[in-house]
Amino acid sequence: MTAEQVFTSLKAKFGDAVLEAKLDALQPWILVVPERMKEVALFLRDDPAMQFDYLMCLSGMDYNDGKLGVVYHLFSTVHRHKIVLKVQCAKETPHVQSVSAVWGTANWHEREAYDLLGIIFDEHPDLRRILLPDDWGGYPLRKDYRVPEFYNGVKVPY
Amino acid sequence: MGLLDKQFQNGNVLVTSLDTLLNWARLSSLWQMQWGLACCAIEMMATSASNFDIMRFGVIPRATPRQVDVLFVAGTVTLKMASRIKRLYDQMAEPRYVLSMGSCANCGGPYWEHGYHVLKGVDRVIPVDVYVPGCPPRPEALLEGIIKLQEKVRKESLVKKSA
Repeated sequence: MTAEQVFTSLKAKFGDAVLEAKLDALQPWILVVPERMKEVALFLRDDPAMQFDYLMCLSGMDYNDGKLGVVYHLFSTVHRHKIVLKVQCAKETPHVQSVSAVWGTANWHEREAYDLLGIIFDEHPDLRRILLPDDWGGYPLRKDYRVPEFYNGVKVPY
Repeated sequence: MGLLDKQFQNGNVLVTSLDTLLNWARLSSLWQMQWGLACCAIEMMATSASNFDIMRFGVIPRATPRQVDVLFVAGTVTLKMASRIKRLYDQMAEPRYVLSMGSCANCGGPYWEHGYHVLKGVDRVIPVDVYVPGCPPRPEALLEGIIKLQEKVRKESLVKKSA
């Protein structure tokens, strides 16, 4: 199935939840609203024509214009086709629906995106920091992050 | 004054100073706490293997701070790891030494500017005796670091407090 067919059927099924798409990109992507991400994900996984059963990667983004985002790279081991999904959310209210119930891979990936960018995945079963210590302040991969002068009494800058 | 001040004819009696004897014993059996944190650990392993054979210097890798004399910090020390290094260093029995291996452990290395999570030198949490430069240092460099440490131990004294 081509990216255009995926986009058409998503648009037909979810209407306004599918915002835009760039289908001539090297990896064609489709932008979805974050409040309905899980529905879309479940459809993409379970529809017989889609069967995107493999979440290759889940990445967090800071677009540096007041928006954060998540990028999902999907692959179907059955049909051997690929698609990229994107969601965007405001930096002040960075809420995205969790897809960890759809693809188990997403569990730790979403924790990493939360850890480093502060994206909050609603309904995630265990949303804790995964790499940084629990007492860390802030989200270091955000573009406006500033390194603190001290961490636990140890000077941080060079 | 060398190790043997005077050797008696029957060969069973040696006369030396206590300092020299203790230092000789210490520098000849610097048991090592292996702390491989990054790519430096690979070079440390290569140094332990048969080509470079770290054991000819009396360095034996151990996995517990209770049994070691020298701590090899081999690799990138993150801020999360810094507190662990401090704690295990505190558990080592004195006299204890620290060998900082590679640019990361020396000064933060390539992460000196943008590594928000990297400790800019392990000497910010524990005192370091020998710095081995390199990214990562070759096994020869690590061996040289051990020899430098042995020179340092050789100059120690029971009565004179070392720095």
